[in-house]
Amino acid sequence: MKQQTLQMEARLENLPAILGFAGECAARAGFSAKRLAEVELVIEEAVVNICKYAYPAETGLIEITCRGDRTSLCVRITDTGVPFDLLAVAEPDLYADISDRRIGGLGCYLIKTLADEVTSRRDGDRNVLELSFLAERTVGKETGDD
Amino acid sequence: MEIQVKKEDKVTIVSVSGKMDAVTAPDYEKRLQELVAAGDKVFINDFSDLVYISSAGLRSILATAKDLKSRNGKLLFAGIKGPVKDVFEISGFGSLFQLHESLDSARNSIG
Repeated sequence: MKQQTLQMEARLENLPAILGFAGECAARAGFSAKRLAEVELVIEEAVVNICKYAYPAETGLIEITCRGDRTSLCVRITDTGVPFDLLAVAEPDLYADISDRRIGGLGCYLIKTLADEVTSRRDGDRNVLELSFLAERTVGKETGDD
Repeated sequence: MEIQVKKEDKVTIVSVSGKMDAVTAPDYEKRLQELVAAGDKVFINDFSDLVYISSAGLRSILATAKDLKSRNGKLLFAGIKGPVKDVFEISGFGSLFQLHESLDSARNSIG
């Protein structure tokens, strides 16, 4: 499949359009409905992070590029906002009770769990997040759920 | 996302259908906050028809649960399945909350 790119303002109102674009790419890659839902979730988490935190002063752009074939999908999401390394975000304490459980950190954790590979880097003035998905998730899969 | 609220004797049933994402989760949180402020303490979230949840939804649920706990209230879940159940399990919410197969089983657990 050829590479496709979408560029939009990083605003929450654009989330449905961005997810629609990524979903179509994943569907063309032949992913199952279950895996499509996971891809959508990961991309929502990444895009929402950018919409909420990348541009504190004024609105900026978000660019999403998808490239896929029958077995895998690569998604690159870039912004020119505040430097951010998703992989440096502390993992939530999954065993804390309601009072101690921190609100936040879950989005990054879901990204790291549901994508097969995540790389995050600063390239000049851009944050570059690269996510790759296999048609069947290989990481974070719980045992005995099939 | 659609929210339906039904008040019963001992419990308030909040049925949520559709998608709870970054756009819709604040509506859920606001609705629950209103009910908590009005004095409701025991809630069953009926998620039988909820097909999608992201961390924004989880955050709204956790914020509501924290508020309820400080008022000696309780938040239970019924009918969670599919991708929503997966997200609950991955994020540890499966052990943080009581998840019931059905609304009846959740009601019965309240006694």
